[in-house]
Amino acid sequence: MTSLIELREIFFQECEEQLEDLTDGLNALDAAPEDVDPDQINGMFRAVHSIKGGAASFSLDAIAEFAHAYEAILDELRSGKLVITREILAVFYRAADHLADLISCGAAGTDPDPDALTRQISEIESLSETGFKPEQTDDFLAAFVPLAMGAEGPAPADVGMETPHFNITFTPTAELYANGHEPAHLFRELEAFGPLKVNVELDVNAAWDQSDPAVSWHLSLATDRPENEIREIFEFAEPYADFHILCSQRFNPVLPHPMAAADDMAAVETVADKDQLGSGEMENPTLIPPTRRKSTVRVDLDQVDELINLVGELVITQSVMSQSLTEHSGVVSRKVAATLDDFKSLTRTIQEGIMAIRAQSVKPLFQRMARIVRETAQVAGKEVRFNVEGEDTEVDRIMIERLVDPLTHILRNAVDHGVETGPHRVQVGKEEAGSITLSAAHRSGRVVIEVTDDGAGVRRDKVLASAIAKGLIPKTAQLSDGEIDRLLFMPGFSTVDAVTNLSGRGVGMDVVNSEIRRLGGRVAIISSPGKGTTISISLPLTLAVLDGMIVDVGDESMVVPISTIVETIRPDASQIHQIGPSSRMIAARDKMVPIIELGQVFGYEGGSAPPNGHILIVVEGEKGEHFALAVDQIRDQRQVVIKSLESNYGHVPFVAAATILGDGQIALIIDLDEITHGISSTTSASVTHKRAYA
Amino acid sequence: MSFEERRKSLKKIEFITFSIGAQDFCMDIILVREIRGWTKVTTLPHSPSDVLGVMNLRGAVVPIVDLSARLGLGRYEATDRDVIIITLIGDQTVGFVVTAVSDIVGLVHDDVQPMPNMGGGSENNFVKGIVTKNNKTLRVLDINNIAATMVEAREIA
Repeated sequence: MTSLIELREIFFQECEEQLEDLTDGLNALDAAPEDVDPDQINGMFRAVHSIKGGAASFSLDAIAEFAHAYEAILDELRSGKLVITREILAVFYRAADHLADLISCGAAGTDPDPDALTRQISEIESLSETGFKPEQTDDFLAAFVPLAMGAEGPAPADVGMETPHFNITFTPTAELYANGHEPAHLFRELEAFGPLKVNVELDVNAAWDQSDPAVSWHLSLATDRPENEIREIFEFAEPYADFHILCSQRFNPVLPHPMAAADDMAAVETVADKDQLGSGEMENPTLIPPTRRKSTVRVDLDQVDELINLVGELVITQSVMSQSLTEHSGVVSRKVAATLDDFKSLTRTIQEGIMAIRAQSVKPLFQRMARIVRETAQVAGKEVRFNVEGEDTEVDRIMIERLVDPLTHILRNAVDHGVETGPHRVQVGKEEAGSITLSAAHRSGRVVIEVTDDGAGVRRDKVLASAIAKGLIPKTAQLSDGEIDRLLFMPGFSTVDAVTNLSGRGVGMDVVNSEIRRLGGRVAIISSPGKGTTISISLPLTLAVLDGMIVDVGDESMVVPISTIVETIRPDASQIHQIGPSSRMIAARDKMVPIIELGQVFGYEGGSAPPNGHILIVVEGEKGEHFALAVDQIRDQRQVVIKSLESNYGHVPFVAAATILGDGQIALIIDLDEITHGISSTTSASVTHKRAYA
Repeated sequence: MSFEERRKSLKKIEFITFSIGAQDFCMDIILVREIRGWTKVTTLPHSPSDVLGVMNLRGAVVPIVDLSARLGLGRYEATDRDVIIITLIGDQTVGFVVTAVSDIVGLVHDDVQPMPNMGGGSENNFVKGIVTKNNKTLRVLDINNIAATMVEAREIA
């Protein structure tokens, strides 16, 4: 039997999904308050209801209490008693945030702030009082009791002649027991609804073994509760059992006298269904399809990582094998060659499949960010509309975790510094509410995440003055607009005179820059004065593999990341210009590009051989400037698995990581930024970045 | 440290004995993960001179240290007959190149004579004591000390 702790874990994981559904619904409401799909509201209601049910069964009273109040108000919304307004929506958002807080408190095992809980509950309940029927609140409280799992239900309702009859077949699988469910508990809960008859059938033909219990129950229940309430009881057990409900035909889907019904909850449900959802949405309780999710398994992330590592090994072993087969026997028989090809494509497919497991949509991240924008806007006293695009874009899971801090910084900055105050916006002829858009998209093998605000843009004069005052750049520096914008990413830079508690400690944006670069990404800023600012983050799809060009430098093979390469040149002597004692430049596409001898950088070659016989790889640096890397030979272009050097050794200058080539040899992946950084600080007077290493 | 405590609490500790050039050494076998033949390493740029490079150990990138140079016995010249002792020190996997691995011996506390003070350089810190056995003089290596200097070298690099 699964331990209670594990079940609790699963509950909290499910809570996250439910919260996601809830936020989805809220966003849909936000987008089109007048024209909302009733399914969305039902989804929100279901989400909160599931949280409540789970919380109650784990005695997480604060969550259950709050979820109950929330559910009640959502039900009023569902039944149309409550008309959505911006104010109400704001309360809903706050309540969702508070619910998330309570859940994380519950998950951490800490006690939530009781004052905040009371305050939030009364805020929600006050909405109900502004609604049409204040007395409804009591009904919901009464209805709450029998739904709580494990709670003692009230005495069975008075069942009359009209009482419908449900025949339920319940055939559990072994998993039901493995997940800690006990059918007897479920039946006891059913009993609270009305007289229950239970028959058990043992399949004598089936082999009785541990894998399958081979038992099935036939239950017959007389109750006037709607079918979906019965389904709710089995909600958590249903994935692990064969479960059918048959309603006897005597049941009349619309109760003739709702108010005469014995049970409050049933009455409310029926009124809600009949009155508000319209004829098309009339929910005949016997016809409600069970809500089916895509079935998923929960896997420990470490296990996935382990698999990824192993598959990486498999890919390497496969290429070592095919290489040594062709090398040693010279000619490989056709059959062996064909098998090798199959093997190769199979390993590739497995690798892609495993990588896809790691990938996750950015949606939870974006929802977290939405909350940050809401809270920041509230503190800053600004009205900000937050839009999200491309939230289904999938990114490596690790990347999502490590994007939280940078995005938080960027968004806080956008609210705090980017968007102007309401009156000021009106003054310059903009809409009073500011707008911030967070978008994600796949673009040419990379993920691009952008934060766009419609604020005042970067105030370049102020930025420049501040940078000079702080001694970050010389007074006489002549900077282009783009260079001034990039000053924002310099360590120790902040333009706001007073340090606010939102942003402005001057540590924000440079941390963003270094963190994104550590993920193998790039940050760019595009700003137009008065119109707004876009901060764009470009990231590799995954942190585990990299597309690289394998080159020879001296006796060693090295890998240059393809993402940085602009072109490769086999230069003529006439194209190369000697400048000073040791620097050389090449004229490439009418631009002078400094040449970097990789052999010299890595100390592999004593002298500096003339680069005539070399091949130049033109790469793009951090700030968009070009450099030409001189290498001896280009060997191959392939996807390489990134291996850390840090774990067993430490940081190696100018080297980002290592990889293992087809012959089993290790090749070093060059750290272009570190190499070009040294060059750009000596050849140009522009800003240099001091990089922080992990 | 563990060496002191363990040799008091246990009767016998197993040591692996190996040679570098003409000198014989031994180290606690607990630290040894495996012993491999020499394969070509990939040179690390700007690394300390006694770090030969890195090699691929079933997918892990493992630095290979020239133990001879580390002990001040001169630089190592690679031959195919050399042996790499892979050790796990803390959570780092490190390989040491030696000339040959010969034996596993069980030693008790009294077998090990403390290192006489010879003056000399820092290399002496790497040798914990001396064992005389079968007409051979075994120098007991303090691998933890060797690894500690490697971490230092790393920080400088």
